[in-house]
Amino acid sequence: MDEGTLQGIGTILTMIAFFGVCWWAYSGDKKKDFDEAAQLPFSDEQESSQNEDK
Amino acid sequence: MSSNVTTAGEAPVYNTRVVKQFALMTVVWGIVGMLVGVILAAELIWPDLNMQLPWFHFGRLRPLHTNAVIFAFGGCALFASVYHVVQRTCHTPLFCNWLAGFTFWGWQAVILSAAITLPLGMTSAKEYAELEWPIDIAITLVWVSFAVVFFGTIVKRTTSHIYVANWFFGAFIIAVAVLHLGNSAAIPVTATKSYSAYAGTIDAMIQWWYGHNAVGFFLTAGFLGMMYYFVPKQAGRPVYSYRLSIVHFWALIAVYIWAGPHHLMYSALPDWAQSLGMVMSLILLAPSWGGMINGMMTLSGAWHKLRYDPTLRFLVVSLSFYGMSTFEGPMMAIKTVNALSHNTDWTIGHVHSGALGWVAMVSIGMLYHLIPVLYKRSQMYSIQLINLHFWLSTIGTVLYIASMWVNGIAQGLMWRAFNTDGTLTYSFAESIEASYPGYYVRLFGGVIFLSGMLIMAYNVWRTVRGDEPKQAASAEVQAA
Repeated sequence: MDEGTLQGIGTILTMIAFFGVCWWAYSGDKKKDFDEAAQLPFSDEQESSQNEDK
Repeated sequence: MSSNVTTAGEAPVYNTRVVKQFALMTVVWGIVGMLVGVILAAELIWPDLNMQLPWFHFGRLRPLHTNAVIFAFGGCALFASVYHVVQRTCHTPLFCNWLAGFTFWGWQAVILSAAITLPLGMTSAKEYAELEWPIDIAITLVWVSFAVVFFGTIVKRTTSHIYVANWFFGAFIIAVAVLHLGNSAAIPVTATKSYSAYAGTIDAMIQWWYGHNAVGFFLTAGFLGMMYYFVPKQAGRPVYSYRLSIVHFWALIAVYIWAGPHHLMYSALPDWAQSLGMVMSLILLAPSWGGMINGMMTLSGAWHKLRYDPTLRFLVVSLSFYGMSTFEGPMMAIKTVNALSHNTDWTIGHVHSGALGWVAMVSIGMLYHLIPVLYKRSQMYSIQLINLHFWLSTIGTVLYIASMWVNGIAQGLMWRAFNTDGTLTYSFAESIEASYPGYYVRLFGGVIFLSGMLIMAYNVWRTVRGDEPKQAASAEVQAA
């Protein structure tokens, strides 16, 4: 296998990986999970108001 | 800090001790590292400032400056935010408190040994990895402990999701471990001297695989993790697009690792490797701007907060500088542009637009958010002083990078100017002569930036001491 073929295979595999990540991230059934995850930075705010720790 | 039992409805007792320690040392090392930078900028104008003593020579102080600002200031900022963010977003105290404490004292010991050995001239002469092998082993121990604490905390999380900031932190911790072990492989000769396990061009390529990914994973992925927590937190809104954050995370870590050869353009490195480095650097613009846009757009609908919240302004302007320097970087990686910029002050300007504009300003914004949270104060002691600091930082950075652009382009053009008979138009000394105005402006910009850091130290000290915030009244005005 020459260098050009290797580069071609590398490019195709990288493209598949990239489109795979995009497809996974933008598939509809993930939306609810992501919306929940995006709220995580704020989830400790109720805690601190109910519990004045230390 | 003693209990780590979490029952339903009860908040976990977080380890704030180690976060406080790292946060305060971020301020201290920031001032030390930038002070050394200012001294170096002055030495370039007045070389005699080294007092003819080897310990103060530019060549010995320069690695001290870079190590202090990257690993001491930037490192402590990263440790503080990683430990803070991972506990809060995983709803669980840190895994193994004593090991977290060890990372603090171990990291400070590494920094102190760097501050002693580098001026003494003990160096492996690898840029951003100058420390000799016994210190390299100590770094490895601290770093593995850091990984154990971080991933241990992730494993015992009580949330179902792992927040995106932690993805960046995890990539940063793993990649830096791999880079450090790969690049620091060396044959020790004595306790203070070793030689690289690699030779010639391979050594250069390993060095810049490490060097560029120190930028990519230490100074970018780690600080993007910081951005993904503190920008939403300070803006009071969730990140603009969680989906974009996932795509740009995978793209960023997949592409960064290939960009190192752009440091070795027109060298003995094979042409295909140089071209690969250039193309990968150009591609890198896309994931970099993905992160920048995601951070900026988090403010959509909340732009008015920038008017009265200088902490948020620090965070947003740091993203602007991040966007600017990640545009400039790929451009400088184009071979023909690199032919002009390489070895000139343009490179120094580019580094500082990233280092001062992005890394330092996002860290400062992080500290102004974090210090009141850690010490349970309603806000920083003085919002006005944060505002003053913001302007000093911005003006200092702009003066620094603008002067280095002018110098760099002037030097690049002078070095490659030929007369019709093929001789060089300018001697090297003439290009230095032409650089002096830029050196003065750079020193001035650096002093302004450093003075802002001193103001931050005062503000942090008053906040930690628990002094009454200066304008409690104006806070009400802000709320209205």
